Amino acid sequence: MMNIFKKTILTVLVSFLLIGSAYAGKIKIGTEGAYPPWNSKDASGKLIGFEVELAWTLCRYIGSQCEIVEQDWDGMIPALIMRKFDAIMAGMSITAERQKAISFSQGYADEVASLAVMKGSSLEGMETSEGINLGKKTGAVKKDLKTLTSALAGKTVCVQTATIHQNFLESGDVGKVNVRTYKTQDEVNLDLAAGRCDAALAAAVAFSDYAEKSGKPVVLVGPTFSGGAFGNGVGVGIRKDDTDLLNAFNKAIDKARKNGDISRIAIKWFGFDASM
Amino acid sequence: MITSLPKLLSATVVTLKLLSLSLFFGLFIGLLFAILRLNKNKIINKFAYGYSYVFRGTPLLVQIFIIYFGLGQIEYFRSTFLWVIFKEPYWCAIIAFALNTGAYTSEILRSAFQTIKPGIIEAGKSLGISNKIIFYKIQIPVAIRQSLPAYGNEIILMMKGTSLASTVTLMDLTGVAKYIISTTFKPIEVFIVAGGIYLFMTFIIHNLMKFLEKKFSY
Repeated sequence: MMNIFKKTILTVLVSFLLIGSAYAGKIKIGTEGAYPPWNSKDASGKLIGFEVELAWTLCRYIGSQCEIVEQDWDGMIPALIMRKFDAIMAGMSITAERQKAISFSQGYADEVASLAVMKGSSLEGMETSEGINLGKKTGAVKKDLKTLTSALAGKTVCVQTATIHQNFLESGDVGKVNVRTYKTQDEVNLDLAAGRCDAALAAAVAFSDYAEKSGKPVVLVGPTFSGGAFGNGVGVGIRKDDTDLLNAFNKAIDKARKNGDISRIAIKWFGFDASM
Repeated sequence: MITSLPKLLSATVVTLKLLSLSLFFGLFIGLLFAILRLNKNKIINKFAYGYSYVFRGTPLLVQIFIIYFGLGQIEYFRSTFLWVIFKEPYWCAIIAFALNTGAYTSEILRSAFQTIKPGIIEAGKSLGISNKIIFYKIQIPVAIRQSLPAYGNEIILMMKGTSLASTVTLMDLTGVAKYIISTTFKPIEVFIVAGGIYLFMTFIIHNLMKFLEKKFSY
């Protein structure tokens, strides 16, 4: 009697383990759904955006069923580690800090970050180059950082919490600024428009998307940022021990890139080719 | 887990500041509205009742969002002198908390006033003490003593309520805990430490109220 009981439990446990390791079931992909045009929700609450469409495409190449689930940004990596889902596609840049906790696939898209202000702000008309790459600290980059440091001194700059944008502002590259953090980019936009923030920092497309949809006079100022604290493109975040899934995503991204899927979807959502 | 402690403890100071300021203003609001509730004038009475009804009937999170994000959207409001205060998340949080705890405090005090035995007031009257003195020297002290247990509960609820300040960008205990989690990706450890600090604060408040109840017992 006891034996049968033990066997049953063992079978159940083993089958759970099998379900957990093989992706015969479903790949669950976590996204924020609040960072347009990367990922957001339409009026009916359906998840849409560049990454949502790309996720379905990648799933087709992997040949597995997928489910896209929503997760608040600040709990994204903990939720992945605690197996609420198996992959992150949420405009998450590949940075050394995050790579301590999770693995990333190769990058599938790249974004530049930018400061934004309301029209008429004293920060408008800052004299800097078009864009700077913080990966290489050349003379021109240092000069721009200096200009930014003096322009932003004592100013309140708003960012979404736990982002590359927050890391950059707290890195000391632009001196001491009052960094105010928000749970979502929506809230950053609201407070920028309300005048509580002197400036905000996020993906340039996040601001242009907001300006277009809300009709608010939000303008981009200063250089666009890439490299360094801004990471090396956006990739799929995957648990460190999930090498099978990592390989599957890498192969799927290769295929999607070769067939022009990533470019096509990027142009549809961003208006330009953000693929990489 | 241990390394996060200094940061969390300094955030506890922010939490305590929010709590004490909210309770300070809330107590005045509560006392004022409790007295208005006891007023025989129907309009004043209904107004005070309406206030406590609205603030007790809606979630604190909704109230803080309306005060912070809601008022900030009104262009006319931003041009008034009030914007100096409402521009700051700190004051928005305190205003929301004070109005909320004020509503509960007014109910606690009102019921305390109403449970005062008429005999005490009659005793005062028979000694020839004026109505005003009876109110200030007899009714208010007795009402405060009566309301101590319920008010202690309200302080603890408010203490936990201050965690909502993190939703309007304030770096209180919960805000800093979330920030540490976002850089270490270790939610369990950090939330356990933060929870422990909240629990310790409850312990202090609880014992303080017990001490006061004993001291003012009659």
